[in-house]
Amino acid sequence: MSASALPAKTGKVKRQTTFDEGTGKLAALLLSPTLLVLALVVVYPIISALRESLYTSGTQVDADGFVVEGSQFVGLDNFTAIFSGETGERFWNAFYNTTFFTVTCVALETVLGVAMALVMHKAFKGRGIVRASILVPWAIPTVVSALLWKWIFQADGIANALLGQQILWSTEGWQSVLSVIVADTWKTAPFIGLLVLAGLQTIPEDVYEAAKVDGANPWQTFVRITLPLVKPALLVAVLFRILDTLRIFDLPFVLVGANKNSVETLSMLAYDEASRTRYGPASAYATILFLYVAVVAYAFVKLLGADILGDRVQKKSKNGKNGKNGKNGRKQDRDTSLDGAVTTSMAGSASGGGGVG
Amino acid sequence: MSIDVKAAEASPVRKYLPLVGVAIIVLYCLAPFYWMVVSAFRRPLDQFDNSLIPAPFSLDNLQAVFGEGVGFGRALLNSLIVAGVTTVLTLIVGLVAAYTLARLEFRFKNVVLAIIITTSMFPGISLVIPLLKLFIDIKWINTYQAMIVPSLSFALPLAVWTLTTFFRQMPRELEQAAMVDGCTPAQAFYKVILPLAAPGVFTTAIITFIAAWNEFLIALSMVNKSSIQTANVAISKFQGSSGFDQPFGTQMAAGVVVTIPLVIAVLIFQRRIVAGLTAGGVK
Repeated sequence: MSASALPAKTGKVKRQTTFDEGTGKLAALLLSPTLLVLALVVVYPIISALRESLYTSGTQVDADGFVVEGSQFVGLDNFTAIFSGETGERFWNAFYNTTFFTVTCVALETVLGVAMALVMHKAFKGRGIVRASILVPWAIPTVVSALLWKWIFQADGIANALLGQQILWSTEGWQSVLSVIVADTWKTAPFIGLLVLAGLQTIPEDVYEAAKVDGANPWQTFVRITLPLVKPALLVAVLFRILDTLRIFDLPFVLVGANKNSVETLSMLAYDEASRTRYGPASAYATILFLYVAVVAYAFVKLLGADILGDRVQKKSKNGKNGKNGKNGRKQDRDTSLDGAVTTSMAGSASGGGGVG
Repeated sequence: MSIDVKAAEASPVRKYLPLVGVAIIVLYCLAPFYWMVVSAFRRPLDQFDNSLIPAPFSLDNLQAVFGEGVGFGRALLNSLIVAGVTTVLTLIVGLVAAYTLARLEFRFKNVVLAIIITTSMFPGISLVIPLLKLFIDIKWINTYQAMIVPSLSFALPLAVWTLTTFFRQMPRELEQAAMVDGCTPAQAFYKVILPLAAPGVFTTAIITFIAAWNEFLIALSMVNKSSIQTANVAISKFQGSSGFDQPFGTQMAAGVVVTIPLVIAVLIFQRRIVAGLTAGGVK
């Protein structure tokens, strides 16, 4: 069955019928290039990393730096080695850093992003300028923004001049951690703001008018109306930011540097091992990171699903008066905004991300 | 419109507060970028000067970036090739998939969609290490394809999702009308839908291109020869010509060179990019 013959044939048969009928095969055929590519560049590497993590090969390197055949099966040794002794310390440190960056950065970015969105939503003047300037940090390559912040945090740099301090940022210790957090927040908080703004704009004005008539104060309006209505979009954005920060690589790598204890993340650790051609341990680290990401994503989606459901039930009983086409209409809104948010944050993660992938 | 009324009713403080907020946001986003641009146009001598405007305006840093032996022009070209080819390949493969997902009804549609989003969540490093080993084996290290092929791992899911949202927004009647007039579904797609979807495709192309242009980890891992490295990797390894420990002036100038095309594209197409990024979210 040649690939080119089938769609043509299916097309001819289907001319008289409706567009949607008997499309399973056609769909499979049309989707196969994408799935094939993803299998090659995503699924194969993951499986091969799992396999690789059970072998050791790092010691045999020829003169050109290429690995000689003959890797040895070592079972789970690469993994047990990770959790013990000095490597164990390095691993737990990287694990802690990764988690710390994720929690701190995402929390900060979410709060800042929501605040920005609220401001932009209120201000009807200058929205174009804001939108354009918000896209600037997003469009700047992470590497360039890392250098840019390194320059700002330079010993005689503008940050110290403004603060009137002599802090050696981007060397080691808490200050380098802080510099990474500042740089990451600068790059992505506006972007979350953009997403939330899009969510805000889907909220019909009459909901707010009803709240006003009912005598809600601004804070109540925000907590009871705005937040629940943008929540689905916001949660998806937060999920993608979390996954993105878990694999953070370029920002600390360029801003502070490799082999710095205070900012070394799991991605950097795995990269470091790989660059020494110790592929076995490197794959083991990468596998652990992969599992970590998968667990977090799963937990979050479970949480998210539960939340959306609970939220919906609550809403139905609460604003029953608004529900002429209540359930369906609202459900659709929700779904589309979720789609949008997914698209958006994927774009964000692909470009803004630490380790893109 | 109702915002208009509210603004008119409100006290001056409430009226101008959002504008102040907007000013703060713009400042927050642009100030660091401004600092990079300013630093790029200082003389290497005044590198550590902290004035807001470069006193003697100078192009020395820019010249140093493109100076002989730096090879930055070549790095830019490499970036252009890698990001460009990634974008084109992604669009060719992704368009078909996105259209299928948007229009055809079949059993495992949601599963396929879920798989496609999930693939974009995998950490880059766990893809790069095995691919690195593979590429060493098949002698792909220091080639363009070694950077382009792995880049598809994030570019393709991204493009499929954005395009799917665009196609969904287009009324189904378009193809139905075309097919009534005797087109096959394939003809309906490329004669009717594709031209109409051009803005969406263009938007996806920009977003994909920016994502691929900004990629670092893959380019860093797959290439160790300076003649084939991308601009991002080149900047991170800059030695500069000024002999400083950290050649910040040159790095800032290089950063400006890498960023300015993107910033211009963002300014021109901001509406479109935002529409692409939030497609489906805003009605």
